[in-house]
Amino acid sequence: MAVTGAVLVLFLVGHMTGNLKAFFGADSFNEYANFLRTMGEPLLPYRVALTIVEVVLGVSIVLHMWSAISLARRAGKARPVKYAARRKAQAGGYAVHTMRYGGVVILLFVIYHLLDLTFGTVNPAGWDGTPYERLVASFAPERWWVTAFYAVAVLMVGLHLRHGLWSAFQTLGLASGRSYRPLKLAAAAISAVLVLGFLTVPVAVMIGAIK
Amino acid sequence: MSERAKGMNLTLKVWRQNGPQDKGRMVTYRVEDVSPDMSFLEMLDVLNERLILEGDDPIAFDHDCREGICGMCGMVINGVAHGEQVATTTCQLHMRHFEDNAVITIEPWRAAPFPVVKDLVVDRSSFDRIIQAGGFISVPAGSAPDAHSVPVKKVDADAAFDAATCIGCGACVAACPNGSASLFTAAKITHLSLLPQGQPERDSRAKAMVEQMDAEGFGGCTNTGECTAVCPKGIPLDTIARMNRDYLKASK
Repeated sequence: MAVTGAVLVLFLVGHMTGNLKAFFGADSFNEYANFLRTMGEPLLPYRVALTIVEVVLGVSIVLHMWSAISLARRAGKARPVKYAARRKAQAGGYAVHTMRYGGVVILLFVIYHLLDLTFGTVNPAGWDGTPYERLVASFAPERWWVTAFYAVAVLMVGLHLRHGLWSAFQTLGLASGRSYRPLKLAAAAISAVLVLGFLTVPVAVMIGAIK
Repeated sequence: MSERAKGMNLTLKVWRQNGPQDKGRMVTYRVEDVSPDMSFLEMLDVLNERLILEGDDPIAFDHDCREGICGMCGMVINGVAHGEQVATTTCQLHMRHFEDNAVITIEPWRAAPFPVVKDLVVDRSSFDRIIQAGGFISVPAGSAPDAHSVPVKKVDADAAFDAATCIGCGACVAACPNGSASLFTAAKITHLSLLPQGQPERDSRAKAMVEQMDAEGFGGCTNTGECTAVCPKGIPLDTIARMNRDYLKASK
């Protein structure tokens, strides 16, 4: 859970930074998209580095889900008889209660997101559009519901990381007494930066700042 | 002259189960003229006296010292292990914390490794087996060594003592949405792994205790923090980080 989560967080940081290229115009954005495919050239052939990244991410997602499902199944077996009274959460924090269903929302979103902006299947600009054209077409003002779904999913990612980031340190035994406060603050800050970073681009497209 | 505080009237919904094989059910009882100065267990004692007089079976619940230090008592009160009062065992919870005419739901700890024996009594032998797996130090018996023969840093002694205050009541398991026994096991591991006497078996202890905990059928830890929030002794979450650290090191 912790290790695969860490891989996915590193990816998100890179992904968000890359997205911001949209503010520097179509050329900058498309050039960056092209760079992702030519990464490592001439040492590596076209798209090899990207494929390696994709495989690592794919494996991480599968193992992350496998860990989550195993934990949920163990939890179910450990408490065959449920409480009659609604269990009242005593620990603070909302994020921790969103991890399982939030994870499912994020998965559904990732599938849609790939069909939309990577494969162009559900994108008005389609497969033939440049990455920038697909971006602008997807978050067009009349398709506000796409942006809304995107916003919900990104908020879920934020909540997921709010708990997940410090939780990974705890699971790997890296947290200790005095480090909880800074760890939780850092988790909140990084989650907030990622949420804002990911939301600015589609919102900018929707309100016409990027076209 | 102050008038004696008026007695409270309560409605209790209590889990009744005749034995391990019985399916069990919630039964509603009305308890009247409860003194706010009573402890929660004393309130149940009063109800039980009435049940016995009426020829009914009294509600079985675990208790021993009634001073909050033995770890025997424990029930889930309105969905919270040991009730909502922080850092308090059920025996130290007083009726003044409840409203008059309140409806109180009382259930046993719910976890597969804690099978119900009767009513609110659960079998916590699984905790004993976790301790037997490694919650000890091997030393030649004999006369007690001088207290200062092995120096221990003050910070370590304090942290070890904090972990050692775990009374093994099982509230952590009852409160955990995953039914995990991580806080209990981690408290025991931390207690010993912070002290010089615990070093020789530190790795094998962590591995054996964690593996026994898993074998008992407890769930996995997802760091929800519910355990430490209900713990009557306030065992901190960093004990679990230490357990994970020792376990990962031992598993290399």
